[in-house]
Amino acid sequence: MDQMIAWTEVGSVADIPRQGSRVVKTAFGDVALFRTATDEVFALEDRCPHKGGPLSQGIVHGRRVTCPLHNWVIELATGEAVAPDEGCAGHVPVRIEGGVISLALAARTPGRGGCHG
Amino acid sequence: MTAQKERLIVVGNGMAGIRTVEELLARAPDRYDITVFGAEPHPNYNRIMLSPVLAGEKSFEQIILNDRAWYEANGITLLTGEPVEAIDRAARTVTSLSGRTLGYDRLLLATGSMPFIIPVPGATLPGVIGFRDLADVETMLEAAAKGGRAVVIGGGLLGLEAANGLALKGMDVTVVHLMPTLMERQLDPSAGTLLQRELEARGITVLTGADTAEIIGGGIGGSERVTAVRLKDGRELPADLVVMAVGIRPNIALGKAAGLDCGRGIKVDDAMRTSDPAIHAVGECVEHRGVTWGLVAPLFEMAKVLAERLAGGTEAAYAGSVTSTKLKVTGVDVFSAGDFSGGEGTEDIVFRDAARGVYKRLVLKDNRLLGAVLYGDTRDGPWYFSLLKDGADVSAERDTLIFGQGFGGGEAASPAAAVAALPDSAEICGCNGVCKGTITAAIRDKGLTSLDEVRAHTKASASCGSCTGMVETLLAATLGDGYAAAPAVKPMCKCTTHGHDAVRAAIVAHGLKTMSDVFQALEWSTPDGCASCRPALNYYLLCAWPGEYRDDYQSRFINERAHANIQKDGTYSVVPRMWGGLTSASELRAIADVVEKFAIPTVKVTGGQRIDLFGVKKEDLPAVWADLNAAGMVSGHAYAKGLRTVKTCVGSEWCRFGTQDSTGLGVKLEKMTWGTWTPHKVKLAVSGCPRNCAEATIKDLGVVCVDSGYELHVGGNGGMHVRACDLLAKVATEEEVLEYTGAFLQLYREEARYLERTAPWVERVGLDHIRRRLVGDAGGRRALHARFLFSQSFSQEDPWAERAARGVDRHEFAPLAELVG
Ligand SMILES: Cc1cc2nc3c(=O)[nH]c(=O)nc-3n(C[C@H](O)[C@H](O)[C@H](O)COP(=O)(O)OP(=O)(O)OC[C@H]3O[C@@H](n4cnc5c(N)ncnc54)[C@H](O)[C@@H]3O)c2cc1C
Ligand code: SF4
Ligand code: SF4
Ligand code: FES
Repeated sequence: MDQMIAWTEVGSVADIPRQGSRVVKTAFGDVALFRTATDEVFALEDRCPHKGGPLSQGIVHGRRVTCPLHNWVIELATGEAVAPDEGCAGHVPVRIEGGVISLALAARTPGRGGCHG
Repeated sequence: MTAQKERLIVVGNGMAGIRTVEELLARAPDRYDITVFGAEPHPNYNRIMLSPVLAGEKSFEQIILNDRAWYEANGITLLTGEPVEAIDRAARTVTSLSGRTLGYDRLLLATGSMPFIIPVPGATLPGVIGFRDLADVETMLEAAAKGGRAVVIGGGLLGLEAANGLALKGMDVTVVHLMPTLMERQLDPSAGTLLQRELEARGITVLTGADTAEIIGGGIGGSERVTAVRLKDGRELPADLVVMAVGIRPNIALGKAAGLDCGRGIKVDDAMRTSDPAIHAVGECVEHRGVTWGLVAPLFEMAKVLAERLAGGTEAAYAGSVTSTKLKVTGVDVFSAGDFSGGEGTEDIVFRDAARGVYKRLVLKDNRLLGAVLYGDTRDGPWYFSLLKDGADVSAERDTLIFGQGFGGGEAASPAAAVAALPDSAEICGCNGVCKGTITAAIRDKGLTSLDEVRAHTKASASCGSCTGMVETLLAATLGDGYAAAPAVKPMCKCTTHGHDAVRAAIVAHGLKTMSDVFQALEWSTPDGCASCRPALNYYLLCAWPGEYRDDYQSRFINERAHANIQKDGTYSVVPRMWGGLTSASELRAIADVVEKFAIPTVKVTGGQRIDLFGVKKEDLPAVWADLNAAGMVSGHAYAKGLRTVKTCVGSEWCRFGTQDSTGLGVKLEKMTWGTWTPHKVKLAVSGCPRNCAEATIKDLGVVCVDSGYELHVGGNGGMHVRACDLLAKVATEEEVLEYTGAFLQLYREEARYLERTAPWVERVGLDHIRRRLVGDAGGRRALHARFLFSQSFSQEDPWAERAARGVDRHEFAPLAELVG
């Protein structure tokens, strides 16, 4: 199963600041890569399910990010908004090998809910 | 039977190889004719005990696992000081450095790993070593015998054990660590910070966030011996010895040259077989299911599996390991196991006893233990580790889990019972040294019924307040139902029970200098705060420790990271500073050029008399700033929780009513106050006469010039809740205006809560309080002003110039990758 997935290398963990994020531009729009304080890396579509805010610009805390526009909190692992808000910024599977990050773009789950302004 | 025994050759006389042999001998003592090649000159010793040897707590003899007599007694041929150089898989032979060639039926590679030496200039100089074998320890002991200075690069397990050993041997030791906290792979930031403090208390200097640029040598052309380590930020650390402990690299050279499948390590399957079925591998040199290991527990599990297989079994399989770590530094108790990164569906149980220096964190998922970090009290480490490995359901003991295994023997197993069970001599309030007996006696004897009364009478919980919970529990336990908890102050956010004011006070009172200090001392319930407390704490620390605390970039709102305002579509707006609202032809021309060059869609004059350029793409920001900088303009900080603008009218220079030079004074005020960090945005204004064309009476601080001098108005706001200023004072000279302004801003900086503008702050604390501090107390006012100027001496740097010209935070403005098509 794992072998079927096409992985695309996008850069190294060290290129993303801790508790920060970097953007990867793709054919279906920007993908935000987040690195937590404990060096986990997650990838979400860079669009908040609320009004499309750029999640990559938010503050990362624990395994969550707070959208810079209206402070929705989004789970990095799933893209789901934390209750009471509802919606999901789609997520992209991430693999790290030897510090190099790869994305499985074809295996992404697209976001839902909200206006994607 | 006279059948020849099978020949087993073991390459590597270390911990994994010899453990395999031991296990094999226990199962099938006569099956193989065994030969062991070892590159080191010694018999097999306990490598993990090299740290105590270095520290002088053990001798080499004490850490030998199997002496030569053991090899002999078991009929094993031991060839030490004889590395194997080549394998001929077709002929099934190995050849050693001395030219000896031996045939095998089964070959076991257990070559371990090598210290990773970071490839900086000077890395090969004499005096630069790794920490791996007895030879390294001997080099270190020799250097330590001469005293002098050691730099240990790497603040992980190995580096810290080396640092501790060298310090005990009398060297002056500095640890250089790339990451923000020590042992970040085993410990979360809170525990890492505690560890750093402990090591510093032992005289070891710890530099975190420090990256090595170069190792410098003495002699002509730097060829002789190491003399110093230079960091990327330019700091130079003198060094007579440099120990690199930044990681290990599986030693695969031999296997690779023989054509075995290798990734980071020699690839093996669950039976510890390499891609050649006659060749096995165990230990740090292998890669199993994509993972390499650097601790002995998994290697011993591998050894067991392989021994079983070599003895003829067909079932045994290695499936990976769960590991735990302890730091072998005497007197420092650190334990970690499993995954403590938290996240989706997990819950944290955090226990902090700042006074005792104890920190525990358990991560649970679906009622099972996922990870544990213990600092200061590791007694229960093994118990947690077994719960974790077994995947035991802990829902029944969840409430008391954090108190450890011994807890809850009685019937009422609850956190309250834990406090109740404490002896009278147990210290409750670390700040004031108040023990339990004193508090319960005061409650009983003096008839105390509230937290405030306990504070007043015993001082317990009166300082940092981190023991408040325990004091309340004691009140409840002593008074029974008679106790009703007082309405609590509104906590800063969900991560804490403390309010803003208490946190600010604790930062100053306890000298808390980093965010993790605050998290620890005030018992935050999250590992790294949230988007609401982090920016506030960042500001409080910056305000409390000017010049000392380094702004935590990732705790700033995006506007302050990108130094521009994020707009609804994700683009940015940029406002160059125009001192006092003045501009010139060349500035306007530069702005016009920038607008054209970057196709900026909207240009607007702001309410603060500046020009705002809207719709700038983030990646264009550095270039836009560079052009504006080139025309002499700097950031207007329109994005900052800081001084935005000083609005002015034209005043006596042009206006027929003007009494004073309001524009000139506005420029002076702006030059003094720009770049400051404040709890919220700040706007000033100066009007040249009471007609007040600059609307100075709805600003945070407004100056209205009159014939006899200057009226100072404070606490105004033109925002959602319009508030006219209060008149603070009337002064005679421009110097006084500046002094009062600096003092007012400093008082606001020191007292207001984050995101509280001056208007609500003035209403909360009362104008009288502010008058008393600024008008009634001239000495206090001057001191406030001096503190303001002091902090300004660190903050008046144009953030645009740093980023445009010097490439600061360049990563912020460029995508990581562009995948097209
Ligand atoms: C100072 C120190 C402290 C440590 N502390 C801990 C701890 O607290 N807990 C823990 O779990 N782990 C600890 N470790 C790690 C642990 O020691 C290793 O994981 C373990 O020793 C690895 O076993 P190994 O057999 O794979 O490699 P090693 O024990 O390194 O054995 C490999 C041997 O192979 C030899 N060799 C290499 N190439 C050849 C060749 N071509 N021919 C012949 N011989 C060769 C090497 O000289 C070496 O003797 C520590 C390590 C060090 C260095
Ligand atoms: S405030 Fe007074 S001095 Fe200033 S422009 Fe208005 S009328 Fe003129
Ligand atoms: S008043 Fe409201 S809409 Fe207008 S700029 Fe300010 S925040 Fe935006
Ligand atoms: S767009 Fe993210 S919170 Fe509104």
